[in-house]
Amino acid sequence: MQAAEMDICAKMKAEVPLLSASGVTRRYGARIGCADVGFDLWPGEVLGIVGESGSGKSTLLSCLAGQQRPDAGRILYDGADVLAMPEAARRRLARSDWAYVHQNPRDGLRMGISAGGNVGERLMGVGARRYGTIRDSAIDWLGRVEIAAERIDDRPSGFSGGMQQRLQIARNLVTGPRLVFMDEPTGGLDVSVQARLLDLLRGLVRDLGLSAVIVTHDLAVVRLLADRLMVMKSGRVVETGLTDQVLDDPQHAYTQLLVSSVLQV
Amino acid sequence: MTVQDYNFAYLDEQTKRMIRRALLKALAVPGYQVPFASREMPMPYGWGTGGVQVTAACLTPDDRLKVIDQGADDTTNAVSIRRFFQRTAGVETTQSTTGATVIQTRHRIPEAPLSEGQILVYQVPIPEPLRFLEPRETETRRMHELEEYGLMHVKLYEDIARHGEIATAYAYPVKVEDRYVMDPSPIPKFDNPKLADNPAIQLFGAGREARIYALPPYSRVVSLDFEDHPFTPSRAEHACALCGATDSYLDEVITDDRGSRMFSCSDTDFCASRQAGRPDGEGGA
Repeated sequence: MQAAEMDICAKMKAEVPLLSASGVTRRYGARIGCADVGFDLWPGEVLGIVGESGSGKSTLLSCLAGQQRPDAGRILYDGADVLAMPEAARRRLARSDWAYVHQNPRDGLRMGISAGGNVGERLMGVGARRYGTIRDSAIDWLGRVEIAAERIDDRPSGFSGGMQQRLQIARNLVTGPRLVFMDEPTGGLDVSVQARLLDLLRGLVRDLGLSAVIVTHDLAVVRLLADRLMVMKSGRVVETGLTDQVLDDPQHAYTQLLVSSVLQV
Repeated sequence: MTVQDYNFAYLDEQTKRMIRRALLKALAVPGYQVPFASREMPMPYGWGTGGVQVTAACLTPDDRLKVIDQGADDTTNAVSIRRFFQRTAGVETTQSTTGATVIQTRHRIPEAPLSEGQILVYQVPIPEPLRFLEPRETETRRMHELEEYGLMHVKLYEDIARHGEIATAYAYPVKVEDRYVMDPSPIPKFDNPKLADNPAIQLFGAGREARIYALPPYSRVVSLDFEDHPFTPSRAEHACALCGATDSYLDEVITDDRGSRMFSCSDTDFCASRQAGRPDGEGGA
């Protein structure tokens, strides 16, 4: 425990943001995907990106995660320029240090492969070659995301939407990444399942000390998970700040609209 | 039809030249799939059009050709390809493994050890070992490029999870010279150990998929496995009913309508040599 605390202290002393973006711009022809976005994400911090559909949230996320190449800007991960890396190094990073949780679990899972195989894929991708060890960590992670161990050999196509999403999270976190990108992790789930998933995510993020970038249009999700918030409109950042500050005292007209649009039950 | 109607070994010289260039590249980068301009051949895809083109590019008038299909010299595929080259190249043919200089094979490696100077040509239906795991060709090429072979082990993991052991019995993936993962064509995994450190040149031709790959002599070839579930070559727990061999790969043959069956060597030349009391693989012409 002491070692862990010292580790955290050392990281804080280092004062290098885990992920640092500046001037990230991505155009689709004449249209703007996202323009001139910049932020610093510190170790252990969760950044929420909110905005309506088409505001460039997902474009920004895929640029950050290296799935699209931005037209302009710089992205530094742990001090290293992600865009200047050779592709092999970037993909190695994406396999080991990063994780990407898709909105639709079908995009992030292999539907024809058992739950255990899905969780084990990243381990085997970084060189695990002992079946017993892979199996044990798969069982461990299924437990952590509240999937019964006896479902380990079932295919995810037989799982409910919420289970698929939890399986996707387990599959991504099994290699102990430091940075997680999440694209609408609760999209398409009903509210009670959403609540359980959020609870789980919050626990995992806190326990593992993960840094995360969460894209969502659901303000409740960022209220629960995010430390800081970035509000996007038409591809640009219109407001940033601490989550509670932005949600309780929105300054920009669009943020005010967004906050007041939330239905109260 | 006479020999004069066709160029030697059917293909024109420019085509053979193109294939030989692909073969040289394949030998230079063991296990790498080299694209080549596969030609229409006078036989359907799936009958060995890739192997035939590679054989045609390798043959010289002095060669002695052997063709086997599932180890047998006398099955339709083997007979028709052998006759094809008898007619179009006029080369000598043989059923003897040791007596042949070029051996075209479908789904087997002969039992008799090969020697330096021999060429073994495989017919390959699907050259891409990752194909059934990742359908996108662009993606599989990138995976080869970046050596991202974790997915191959996911397949083996699934085997163990479902069957308790690695149930892949043929087309068992191998890693060549610590670099490329390669599909050894649908040979039984019993034959996988023979791929490694083999004195003969091994060439793989996939006609429909237009790919050639190769193993130079004495290549390092390792069958993929897990530390706690190591690779095991498997064979039926019987002796050959004809020659009594206990170390050869066996075919299971159903002999009547009441379910009687016998096991016999799939390599007919090997079996016949043993029955005739000759040393292995020195069968009749």
